[in-house]
Amino acid sequence: MDLTFSAAEAAFRDELRAWLADNWDADQRPPEGDSAAFAWRRDWQRRLAEGGWAGVHWPREYGGRGATVTESAIFFEELARARAPLPANVLGLLLAGPTIMVWGNEEQKQRYLPPILTGDEIWCQGFSEPDAGSDFAALKTRAVKDGDEWVVTGQKVWTSIAHHAKWCMLVARTDPDAPKHKGLTYFILDMEQPGVQVRPLVQITGEAEFNELFLEEARIPDANVLGGVGNGWKVALTTLMNERSGLAFFLQVRTRQVLDELVEEAARRGLLNDAVIADRIGRLYAKAETLRLLAYRGLTAIEKYGQPGPEGSLTKWLWSETNQELTQFAVDVLGFDALEAGSTWAYELLRARGNTIEGGTTEILKNIVAERVLGLPRLKVAA
Amino acid sequence: MNFDFTEDQYEIQRIARDLLAARATPEQVRKAAEAKAYDDGLWRELVELGWPGIAVAEEHGGQGLGSVELAILCEELGYTVAPSPFLSTVTAAAVIQTAGSDEQKARWLPGLASGEITGALGSADGLVPDAEAAAVIVLLEDDGARVLARDEVEVTAVESIDPTRRTARVSAPADAGEALPGDVTAGVDRATIAVAADLVGVSRRALDMTLEYVKERHQFGVPVGAFQAVSHKCAQMLRDTEGSRAATYYAAWAADADESQLAEAASLAKAAASEGARDVTASAIQAHGGIGFTWEADLHWLYKRAQVGSVLLGGSSTHRARLTRLLRERLAPATAG
Repeated sequence: MDLTFSAAEAAFRDELRAWLADNWDADQRPPEGDSAAFAWRRDWQRRLAEGGWAGVHWPREYGGRGATVTESAIFFEELARARAPLPANVLGLLLAGPTIMVWGNEEQKQRYLPPILTGDEIWCQGFSEPDAGSDFAALKTRAVKDGDEWVVTGQKVWTSIAHHAKWCMLVARTDPDAPKHKGLTYFILDMEQPGVQVRPLVQITGEAEFNELFLEEARIPDANVLGGVGNGWKVALTTLMNERSGLAFFLQVRTRQVLDELVEEAARRGLLNDAVIADRIGRLYAKAETLRLLAYRGLTAIEKYGQPGPEGSLTKWLWSETNQELTQFAVDVLGFDALEAGSTWAYELLRARGNTIEGGTTEILKNIVAERVLGLPRLKVAA
Repeated sequence: MNFDFTEDQYEIQRIARDLLAARATPEQVRKAAEAKAYDDGLWRELVELGWPGIAVAEEHGGQGLGSVELAILCEELGYTVAPSPFLSTVTAAAVIQTAGSDEQKARWLPGLASGEITGALGSADGLVPDAEAAAVIVLLEDDGARVLARDEVEVTAVESIDPTRRTARVSAPADAGEALPGDVTAGVDRATIAVAADLVGVSRRALDMTLEYVKERHQFGVPVGAFQAVSHKCAQMLRDTEGSRAATYYAAWAADADESQLAEAASLAKAAASEGARDVTASAIQAHGGIGFTWEADLHWLYKRAQVGSVLLGGSSTHRARLTRLLRERLAPATAG
């Protein structure tokens, strides 16, 4: 065991810290309004790309830095520590890019990867549907071949940043007669066409991070099939497997920052001598630290054995629960002050409700742990 | 960054697992526990392997290895609920080694390391596990600790719910024994990590037994482990076990490699492992249903060991309070006053 960074990892961190110190002002706050805030994050990604920091985990041949998984974790930790936002094209960098690297042909890689890095082309993910959420293979959106094009009709939902996106990772049913998982195909859909309608979904915070996507005879050239017709489930798994790594390190640092701020606020209000408050701080602190340690142990598993251990499923579950407890605790510390509409604490409280749902509900994560880690039998449900 | 054991550490774990699988079977544990006795044969084998001295310096007759190696052994002994004075002996040695004077170390460590004598560690005027047979007892007081020979204290045997440790009430005259002059807190932190490791082993075993049971036991025509009310409970047991395991080995690493993180890491480990072991062993009984509540199912040994271990050297709330204090100090001066 050696829980210190190697010389190379420390050098990576120091170089990044120096770059962030020169290129990011920690007091910056996003501008008001969705479009302005998104443009601001897009600018931030452009600066990251110019500095060679946009795709740290991408191989060098695709314009990345070729970082190890530990260095990639350091990248996300340092970004959070500097209080910088995630780059605008986070779905492109973390999901679309790596999926194209695995399944794309040479032309697709040349065409799509460079603008993902620079943020010139934003990506969204069209997987979930109104009747296919956790059971995503039940999706109904149809794609029918018409000459050298596919004609797509259906509806997607929870499509984050679709209103800013040029491209969509779209999974649609191309063979309605095949078994559920077999008749799917993964497409690269151009969002800028009449057959694609984006309707923002206003969430409980009042903002609209995600959308409904209505597809009415949207057209996709055959060249935009990724990974072969009928192979969509496998390609989609590549995307989903990428989803749960990396971000954990950004989030665990954010969790600690929020907790530190709360402790300072509780101290200002003279609440730290309250045994109940102190105990809850200790509990949240222990959870946040456990999250960090599980995430680190997961890195070792990936580096040594090529795949995450049970940690991968445990960290997202633990983080989302911790963040909900933390934001609820803030209301206990601050009282009504925390519930002023538009305040940071009120926003964080409401936004945290989504954490146990987005990117795999806690219930689905527990199923994954039970079935894939613990080897428990799966209850057969009616098809 | 490497959270994995070295090959030597894996080798220690393998030897411990092989030995204990053969020498601390449920039948053997039950036999000793029902007789309210240690398994003396097992203790002799642990002594032959030099394990009581694994983390004692070579100059005092130990193997000179660290807290990680010690934690590996404690985890396996907890896993098998071994009826043995091992944990108390190594924790007493950890405090003496860290906080004792040269004379105190020379007097007590060789015997503890060789297994010739056993030790005990606990609070003054409280129940002390394994004190009944201990030759040396370290008593923790508000402002430090004293080391006392057996004949300097009054020891009254007391039965706790956990018969795998021979508990006693210890009282010592105010002027008896010798104060430990060094950093008692750091010594107790090392001991605390060993207790946490024992609890991690207890949790892991409770989870393993539960998984085996819920895959076999059928109701409504399916294994009960297929029901999410059961399988999600098992997932929670894994999260508690793996979380406390990661925290415990982080703390053991800090004890060996970076003492600046020791206090915080030890409290993190004990807070997580204490609550984790209580919850996991309780869930194990629940997931077994009526059978889990019976004497013969053997889950109660785990539950009882978890209860005692979780209060030893401070329970979850004590260590959470310390974490908050440490966090507050770190954030000072913002939180001062």
